Amino acid sequence: MSKQNTVKEPLFHIVKRTEMPLWQAWLIRIVAIIVGLAVASVLCAAVAGKNPLDVPVSLINGCFGTERRLWVFLREGALLLGVTLALIPAFKMKFWNLGGNGQVLIGCIASTACMFYLGGKLPDWVVNIIMIVAAIAAGAIWAVIPAIFKACFNTNETLFTLMMNYITTALAAYCLVVWVPSGTSVLSPFTEGVLPTIINDNVLTLIVVAVLLVFMTVYLKFSKHGYELSVVGESEKTAKYIGINVKRVVIRTLVLSGAICGVIGLLLSGSINHTLTTSMDNNMGFTATMTAWLAKFSPLVAIFTSFFITFISRGMSEVQVSFGFSESSVANIVTGLVYFAIIACEFFVSYKIVGRSKNKEKSVKTETKEKQTEAKADEQTVSDEKNPVKEEVK
Amino acid sequence: MEKQIALELKHISKYFGKVAANKDVDLCLYKGEILSILGENGSGKTTLMNIIAGIYFPDEGEVYVNGERAVIKSPQDAFKYKIGMIHQHFKLVDVFTAAQNIFLGSNDKKYNVKKLNKEVKDLADKYGFVIDPKKKIYDMSVSEKQTVEIIKVLYRGAEILILDEPTAVLTPQETQKLFDVLRKMKEDGKSIIIITHKLNEVMEISDRVAVLRKGMHIKAKDGSGTVLTKDVNEQLLTEMMVGAKVELHIDRPMPVNPEPRLKIEHLTCKNREGVTVVNDVSFTSFSGEILGIAGIAGSGQRELLEAVAGLQPIDKGSISYFDATTGETVNLRNKTPEEIRDLGVRLSFVPEDRLGMGLVGNMDIVDNMMLRSYRKGKSAFLDRKSPSELADNIIDNLQVATPSSHTPVRRLSGGNVQKVLVGREIAAAPKVLMAAYPVRGLDINSSYTIYNLLTKQKQNGVSVIFVGEDLDVLVALCDRIVVISSGMVTGVVYGRTTTKEKVGSYMTKTVPAEGEIAERANESCFADKDYVDKHVSVVGRPLNDSNRHAFSEITEKNNRDFDKKVRDSKKTLLAGKELSASEHDKKPVSSDKSKKSLKREERV
Repeated sequence: MSKQNTVKEPLFHIVKRTEMPLWQAWLIRIVAIIVGLAVASVLCAAVAGKNPLDVPVSLINGCFGTERRLWVFLREGALLLGVTLALIPAFKMKFWNLGGNGQVLIGCIASTACMFYLGGKLPDWVVNIIMIVAAIAAGAIWAVIPAIFKACFNTNETLFTLMMNYITTALAAYCLVVWVPSGTSVLSPFTEGVLPTIINDNVLTLIVVAVLLVFMTVYLKFSKHGYELSVVGESEKTAKYIGINVKRVVIRTLVLSGAICGVIGLLLSGSINHTLTTSMDNNMGFTATMTAWLAKFSPLVAIFTSFFITFISRGMSEVQVSFGFSESSVANIVTGLVYFAIIACEFFVSYKIVGRSKNKEKSVKTETKEKQTEAKADEQTVSDEKNPVKEEVK
Repeated sequence: MEKQIALELKHISKYFGKVAANKDVDLCLYKGEILSILGENGSGKTTLMNIIAGIYFPDEGEVYVNGERAVIKSPQDAFKYKIGMIHQHFKLVDVFTAAQNIFLGSNDKKYNVKKLNKEVKDLADKYGFVIDPKKKIYDMSVSEKQTVEIIKVLYRGAEILILDEPTAVLTPQETQKLFDVLRKMKEDGKSIIIITHKLNEVMEISDRVAVLRKGMHIKAKDGSGTVLTKDVNEQLLTEMMVGAKVELHIDRPMPVNPEPRLKIEHLTCKNREGVTVVNDVSFTSFSGEILGIAGIAGSGQRELLEAVAGLQPIDKGSISYFDATTGETVNLRNKTPEEIRDLGVRLSFVPEDRLGMGLVGNMDIVDNMMLRSYRKGKSAFLDRKSPSELADNIIDNLQVATPSSHTPVRRLSGGNVQKVLVGREIAAAPKVLMAAYPVRGLDINSSYTIYNLLTKQKQNGVSVIFVGEDLDVLVALCDRIVVISSGMVTGVVYGRTTTKEKVGSYMTKTVPAEGEIAERANESCFADKDYVDKHVSVVGRPLNDSNRHAFSEITEKNNRDFDKKVRDSKKTLLAGKELSASEHDKKPVSSDKSKKSLKREERV
């Protein structure tokens, strides 16, 4: 080998992993979260001039500090999980339903309308039944309109569902103007026609979302419908070839997706807040887009992602208060950092970085030569065993 | 030694996760020679070439160009070392002209059209290419596009050319032209590496052969890495590739009592752009017979099969399916795959696009088996038990190399993917089995497994329609071959008494077949008197004038019966509702009865 050689082997190159033990993948993710939180803490503390270790303390405090905080944390997490469950079947079918906000809010509007017009005039249980039907129907209709356009005219569902959100917000504002004679657009909470309370305001939500979770898990994994929608999502050509009516599957799945959003709207208006505001959906439709993706469209993993995101966002609002940030933007920056770490770590789950190293090359060579007689190529290279977490921390 | 080494690989290894795509490969290429690289699917040929071309970086080992250590990190680096690769899938800009594509990515600063066109022309003349530098890529045939790719590499001054399966998309005539060009390049001192599956081409074109198996370079008996082509034969090479003795023989039994199964009449289809892709095609496919469909790629084969399967809208003509169990004739025109299935038509289809259409890449083998069967039963839930048994069965019987039945099919190699697909389609117990290019990209061993599977289906009385590209195989496997050219039937031949040249000549014809040749499309292979007279016997006696009627009667009677049924069904249809010329006959013909009886059968 000539020494004058000018071309050098690259310092490192990126290699795609094909297999990785599950625990290793999760280790990477956990480390990423910790790194994200650590950076966020240091940043927060630097801005406020306080001890970085105070950040995790008040994070936890914000979610679990008091009994009420715990309940709110559970409720918010469950609501986010509910919307995530609504989006998962649509996403699995590669129908990018970004209209979660609108579908939730239309459910709120429908159930509030029931309480407004029927509350007190009919027995509560009758109102409740009408509310449930109305909210589910409203959510389903809101989702099925873009679905029909997609199925029949192949319109872009992303834009369509997104635009439907604005229509709903405006519709809610209009309803408030009509329903509140004083002109303040603040609807005082209803006492009649609301959904029954179990133990406290939050338990009903938890129960409903738990039922939805079981239903969605079974639906996707064991039902024919769930199978059909994943075939459509993977390849529309295959679906047609095998004789699946693609239009029907798209419409059916979006009815389900919208209906679940409607249920969440029903819980928000009928069980938790007993009223309507234009921002009642709390942007959950968009947050759920992320939780659904992070969960890789698995309802069970979505439990973790939904509650984790809720933990960060609720905890950060506490940090904001205790650190005395006058603006919410600091909390938003921090939340963004944590999200970034979570998303970025997926790179290290799918790829590894192999550095230039002469020693390694030799050892591998001898190893391969020893095993050459075996026809099966099942030995692992040394680089495989290198701890991927170290790279991550770097 | 007078030979100079142009390229040398030492101890090259490349791993994808745990799998070694290449393991300790040594290879050496001399100046002015053509080296063939042979190997089954997944043996690491393409990976090795991609390493040389700078697309992958080896995990271990060194590359030497002209005796100097070379580090090739990107295709740009490869060009620095004067290495150029022509990929299997062309990488050209459709809306650019040939010359523009050739210029693209080169290091010349100035873009001088006149000079460029002249240079391209000179290069083409030097090696005997025929090319118009001003022609746009989208106007070009596959062979012309390949020419552009080759010139592009030469224009950049490549001394070492790598061709990845260049002949897979060419007709026999075009292949000959390509080989002439390659020989001229060789005389000019260029070194060429060619990857191919076709052994006869290896024997014809190359000076030396290197064989890869499971990522390793297989050494010949004398211990050297490569063998001289003149020292070996096809059988020996196959053994080196597969590692065991392989029987390269296709069995072709005579069909037993062939009956018409599928009759296609005056079928015309247009594609989305309104161009006629299938033009007035008529033929009958018989039970127990393999009907081959030959033609240059893109002559309407895909659309023809998709029209039968209900995936391609039909402009004119009819498709009738004859149901042997009920004796009913079912009209398949303009039915969706769903409706065809509900009519009880037992039609299986192995499409050209395996992972895009036939299977779902991200699903495991069990879930892919379920595609055909999941609807069975009234329950809203899936039955994964029988598909999982079927998957295990197919893995066992067809020797699918897979870690388990829960491996996503996209992780399997091409041959194994095809076995899974063909296995599933056969498991549906079809009466008509259509297979489009079922061995495309498959190695020899897998190919012969597929041929034997098709023959077995034929012996079970299935009517097999086989769209193929390798004329040697078509002639050896099929009972009859319908040749289509730009959507028209230009010839029909009997497999047992035809030659590949004859089929090739029909492939380039531009006028539809007429008279006797066209009539063959609707007769079974027993009408092939040249063969039947000599070889087929009735009750132990050879066929002669006195007993020939026994055969011809069977065939003719079947034909008559079928025609009558088709006519009758059309009559009832016309009587039932007034059919205008453009109206699509959506109503299934005599479907009620057949539906019922087939449902009964399904239950059994």
